[in-house]
Amino acid sequence: MIVGGGGHGLATAYYLAREHGINRVAVLEKGWIGSGNAGRNTTIIRSNYLLPGNEQFYEHSLRLWKGLEQDLNYNTMVSQRGVLNLLHSDAQRDAFARRGNAMRLHGADAELLDADAVRARHPYFDFTSARFPIKGGLLQRRGGTARHDAVVWGYARGADRRGVDIVQNCEVTGIRIADGTVQGVETTRGYIAAAKVGLACAGNSSRVAAMAGLRLPIESHVLQAFVSEGVKPLIDGVVTFGAGYFYISQSDKGGLVFGGDIDGYNSYAQRGSMPTVDDVMEGGMALLPMLGRLRLLRQWGGIMDMSMDGSPIIDRTPVAGLYLNAGWCYGGFKATPASGWCFAYTMARDEPHPSNAAFRLDRFASGAVLDEKGVGATPNLH
Amino acid sequence: MRIPCPHCGERGSEEFLYLGAAGLLRPAAAAPAAAWDAYVHLRDNPAGMLREHWQHLHGCRRWLVVTRDTRTHAIAQSVDAAGLA
Repeated sequence: MIVGGGGHGLATAYYLAREHGINRVAVLEKGWIGSGNAGRNTTIIRSNYLLPGNEQFYEHSLRLWKGLEQDLNYNTMVSQRGVLNLLHSDAQRDAFARRGNAMRLHGADAELLDADAVRARHPYFDFTSARFPIKGGLLQRRGGTARHDAVVWGYARGADRRGVDIVQNCEVTGIRIADGTVQGVETTRGYIAAAKVGLACAGNSSRVAAMAGLRLPIESHVLQAFVSEGVKPLIDGVVTFGAGYFYISQSDKGGLVFGGDIDGYNSYAQRGSMPTVDDVMEGGMALLPMLGRLRLLRQWGGIMDMSMDGSPIIDRTPVAGLYLNAGWCYGGFKATPASGWCFAYTMARDEPHPSNAAFRLDRFASGAVLDEKGVGATPNLH
Repeated sequence: MRIPCPHCGERGSEEFLYLGAAGLLRPAAAAPAAAWDAYVHLRDNPAGMLREHWQHLHGCRRWLVVTRDTRTHAIAQSVDAAGLA
């Protein structure tokens, strides 16, 4: 039983059937599939992490992305158009060189660009800004974008064809436990028994886990995203601003897709606040002054599981037969294939795969946290 | 979102700094590791009313305890944090 019909839940069901031959699987979704964060993200795929434990997982995911269309026989529009993190100071160059080296040691690609190389790719940035001069960037050419809805539909179709039941409009309202072992779930459409239950409902993980008596190292926060009116091809690849919270890419339809930081306070409202809209636009104008000539077409928000160290959890829980996939912060989309693959492995074999071995639920108690930014137990700063 | 400061009146949320859930009590130094883990890492994270710490950073700089509905951002109460847990 998988609770949550987003990308991660559907991918889990797909890999349970394909990799482990387990097709007596049901995916329960309270709304319709892909109606949560799977349909609200900015579609970026990358594996540019620093820490062992994170990097091998995201590299696993990027390799699955590369073969996803052939695997699913579905056009998920995976486009490895590159992800470029801009740098603006000598200290940032040092930090990016270190991260690039760490990525290459894990078999990922990374390339440190100087300002001229960045200018050749993106001549329209404000290179001479007195406050935030662009000194170069760290480029991962194998990063890029994918079509988020197609990922949901592709995994759903693949799972369905292997015998998985996908039940929409079925909200889990309780988790039945006896003698420390999960028995099944109460839902708005009745009780369903299950020997194993996997939770993949990021954004609402705390609420669902509380039904099993678990208190998680997670706060729910809202993250906003934006899309402009469509224009001719303008920005190739994904670019992140290194002096503020702003990142941008262009969809195949022509809209500029961009976003910034989370709003910064606990929220279950799938909408954002104006101060954060201002902050994102200011970041965009600092990097790309011509952005001000475009009109904003849409803005929306999604609820993130912000974990206490900024890294996810794919693990067993203290309840036998209950598994947890949570804590994706604002980086869940790129993780979708490997998250499903590893969660399926963990549920089928009752032990983690080496790719998700560091994503333990008990790492907060043991001190083995995965804090990429080194800011400590402050979910709103990750 | 606008937050009513008991000292300055209603102000935009951009004037405030957010800390998170209020009411978490720091364990004694010699408390078991599980108590420290719970204090540092584990949160109720409710979808509904939450008591939380905000500082009126760009105003009176006082720490406040605000009771807010995390689904609607409706604020039920906002009081100075002095003397409260």
